[in-house]
Amino acid sequence: MGRFLLRRLASAVITLWLLATIVFLVVNVLPGDVGRKVLGPFAAKEDVARYNHQIGTDRPFLSQYFTSIRRLFTLDFGTSYQSGVSVRSLIFPALFRSGKLALLALIITVPVSIAAGIFAARRQDKPADRIVVTTGLATSSIPEFVTAAVLMSIFCVHWKLGRVFATPPSGTSVIGQFRYLITPALAMVVAYFGYIARMSRAGVINGLQADYSRTATMKGLSKGQVMRKHILRNALAPTITVISVQVGYLFGGIIGVEKVFNYHGLGSTMLSAVVNKDVPVLQGAVLLVGIIYMISTLLADVFIAYLNPRVRLETSR
Amino acid sequence: MNDSDPRFPKPEEIVSTPGADVLVPRTTMSSTAVAPTTPAEIELSGVVQVSERQQARRENWRLIRRRPAFIVGVFIVMVWGVCATLGDRITPHSPLDFRVVPNGAHLSPRAKYPFGTDEQGRDVLSRVMAGSRDVLKVAPLAALLGVLFGVIIGMVMGYFGRWVDNVLSRIVEAFLALPVLLVALLAVTTLGSSTWVVIGVVAALFTPIVARTVRSAVIAERDLDYVTSAKLRGESSVFVMFREILPNVSGPIIVELTVRIGYAVFTVATLSFLGAGPQPPSPDWGAQVSEAYNSISAGIWWTTVFPAAAIASLVIAVNLIADSVQSVVEAS
Repeated sequence: MGRFLLRRLASAVITLWLLATIVFLVVNVLPGDVGRKVLGPFAAKEDVARYNHQIGTDRPFLSQYFTSIRRLFTLDFGTSYQSGVSVRSLIFPALFRSGKLALLALIITVPVSIAAGIFAARRQDKPADRIVVTTGLATSSIPEFVTAAVLMSIFCVHWKLGRVFATPPSGTSVIGQFRYLITPALAMVVAYFGYIARMSRAGVINGLQADYSRTATMKGLSKGQVMRKHILRNALAPTITVISVQVGYLFGGIIGVEKVFNYHGLGSTMLSAVVNKDVPVLQGAVLLVGIIYMISTLLADVFIAYLNPRVRLETSR
Repeated sequence: MNDSDPRFPKPEEIVSTPGADVLVPRTTMSSTAVAPTTPAEIELSGVVQVSERQQARRENWRLIRRRPAFIVGVFIVMVWGVCATLGDRITPHSPLDFRVVPNGAHLSPRAKYPFGTDEQGRDVLSRVMAGSRDVLKVAPLAALLGVLFGVIIGMVMGYFGRWVDNVLSRIVEAFLALPVLLVALLAVTTLGSSTWVVIGVVAALFTPIVARTVRSAVIAERDLDYVTSAKLRGESSVFVMFREILPNVSGPIIVELTVRIGYAVFTVATLSFLGAGPQPPSPDWGAQVSEAYNSISAGIWWTTVFPAAAIASLVIAVNLIADSVQSVVEAS
């Protein structure tokens, strides 16, 4: 297990370094004046120079590159162009709020979709299975902001169950916050339900057909015991991988949901950074979400290796 | 055998043994090999077998066309395609003209305006009909470019293997860790939000995903006899990759293309909702939702819900097509 962990950590660090390089290149990919490109052809010369100085693009290329790599490992993302405060003080509180929303969405999505996957697998190719699979395919292909807007019209305006503005006033109790966050969270549940349900369905179908589950049935275990002790244990590995990948997507899709519900999270912070041409904030947010994605896939791999000795032995060879 | 052969068996039978009922004499094949499933057999047995590969493709296409999901998907895409092509020649009112109804802003749906009117009195139905144009232009182009580059890179990774594959695989992994929408926003801010930037960024973000799929398909092929024999004949790497291997991995590539078009529609619509796309007064769906969603709380739902439903219908339609293609190709 130790060797497996080391190898996996090393590859995560290399990937992070490449990630920072890609993000650096996205900003510096075209030769020329970043400030001029961002501020447009009509901006005053002094403004462009000031902009370049502030985000550091007037420094030599390599020195800029090393700064951006250092930032990745120190989590210091520089200074916001618009407000002059550190990017960290802007995006970490925003990330915390987005994280709350994402966590609520995950807490609902994961059990519901795994249950739906098991339900569908047990009725493979019957109408109930078709309905689960088709609904999952349809809802997971719709952009989150579309679902969010429709849910808002129905839940918050027509039925008056949720809040149109999802940002709770400070000091709201946890239960009170739930009422603000539930509708945007549901929009994300709709979007991510399909993938996870599909994955757990496929895993359970494999398990139901496998020799080990027949053996378990023949030695006299009940259906529920076979499912819990044998099938789910095996079916869960690919499902966990999918969930960990979804965490990355979650922070992409959350932007649209946050905009619809005026929720002050990472997405809204990024959108106002787009309007204000605040490149350091955007860079910081992209890197941060990349880091979160790396950590969540890393944790998933470790967890899978813990569940299944075959995985950790194979990789450490 | 042609497409309308009445003796043609049920789809399920074809899926399990493609080409089982083919009447062409099979001289070079052993009795155990029922169908030309491995490319090696196709290559060894020459012209007759090559035509069988075409035949297998035609059979796949037949199976795809029969799927109800595919028919529904194509129908919806065609409806939006017609709306995009003809534009304001078929819309009941002008999608841009805000003087269409004096004092007629935010009218709820009624006979004359089935989808109601927006805050400037424009007919929502006409705007929804005209709004498919940008997404139908940008999304397929972005997907196509992404698949093109992805095929080239994936081919190189799978064919050369070793350190080439190792290095490129690391880069692909790093790309996969990038949140697509967030990077697109960053790129659109620094490079400008022109149509070509959006196409380029979406294509660039799709390239590594396609490359990974193509890579694993190529790895399954590269040690087969037909590749070895082509190498021994002294063919160049480019020839072996694109004339020998490419036709044999076309299945997964076509699947990837249809799936990517679905994701491209998704991404482009979201980007335009987030403001990185066609700007108002363009009737683009994402831009329309972005303009209108703030009035939902005032009970004005139709300006948001109809363009939103239009986006949903197009994305679902493309995914129905992709899913049909995928299940047939993967079963064969």
